[in-house]
Amino acid sequence: MENSTPDKKINIKGLVCPHTFVRAKLAIESMEVGQVLEILLDYEEASRSIPKSMEDHGQTVLKVEKINETDWVMVIRKDKD
Amino acid sequence: MEFTEDQLQRYSRHIILPEVGGRGQAKIINAKVVIIGAGGLGCPVGYYLTAAGVGTIGLIDNDVVEMSNLQRQIAHNVHTIGMLKVESAEKTFKALNPEVNIIAHKVRISKDNIIDLIKDYDIVVDGSDNFPTRYLVNDACVMANKPLVSGAILKFEGQVTTIIPGEGHCYRCLFEEPPPPGLVPSCQEAGVLGVLTGVVGSLQATEVLKLILGKGEPLKGSLLVYDALKTIFRKVKVPKNPNCAVCGENPTITELIDYSEGYCSLP
Repeated sequence: MENSTPDKKINIKGLVCPHTFVRAKLAIESMEVGQVLEILLDYEEASRSIPKSMEDHGQTVLKVEKINETDWVMVIRKDKD
Repeated sequence: MEFTEDQLQRYSRHIILPEVGGRGQAKIINAKVVIIGAGGLGCPVGYYLTAAGVGTIGLIDNDVVEMSNLQRQIAHNVHTIGMLKVESAEKTFKALNPEVNIIAHKVRISKDNIIDLIKDYDIVVDGSDNFPTRYLVNDACVMANKPLVSGAILKFEGQVTTIIPGEGHCYRCLFEEPPPPGLVPSCQEAGVLGVLTGVVGSLQATEVLKLILGKGEPLKGSLLVYDALKTIFRKVKVPKNPNCAVCGENPTITELIDYSEGYCSLP
């Protein structure tokens, strides 16, 4: 599952909280249960807060990975509509 | 719906709430709410619903702003004294959120115009200050099947209730008839702590947003009473009266009634 192709990708580099989560949440809302979202971001606080908020909202965090000096990639599966 | 960049910024604290989200905010943006009275209660209700982004807000009032209003009616100010309250409030609300469509109805509500005035709105808010209007609005909402969020204030006490026709009580289940003229003093006679209008109006605006979102438990079937001096909220259950003259099984009131005769008509 973790290696499957995401159903949707968003790039929220340059955004800070709470707009990082606003974008991520709206993307999740637009998807079907079971689909997977990949998020590219560069705001460190969001690399911790988005996974926590997503889990609070009933979604599953499949991956959070720092991919270079500035960026993170996270993968979220939509479990709850 | 697709939000604009401004909307994403403005409504971000709503969108991140699990109970609201983008879908809930879209419901708020598409909602149409009419507020009866642009005074003590109508000002905070309209102000917060404007901030929340309610797409269409109707305001019904034919009164003008006076200095004595400014102790509690927060949409008006010294520069709008003498202006119609609906126009003064429209100006204030537009400055807060230009996206909201404010419709100013410069009329005194009556049994002849109320059904027509409320028909295009999803929810009615009663912020009126007198019993004839309160009963007229209740009866019209029951007959037109419109959800009604009713609020009242006097001295240091406020009341809020939400009436969903067919689902719970109506105002007449609570109090069958208006009190005789002169029995209950008005705000001019008895006074009101200005800030009380903000508490009660904010509670009404909260009820409206819950109805729009379809979340939580609205005050249907109960009356919330706030005692500002003691800082006590009491929630009193109000059963639906099966013999209610307007919402009961065999209603005897089938036409709207004008009780205004004998009452002081001052705001």
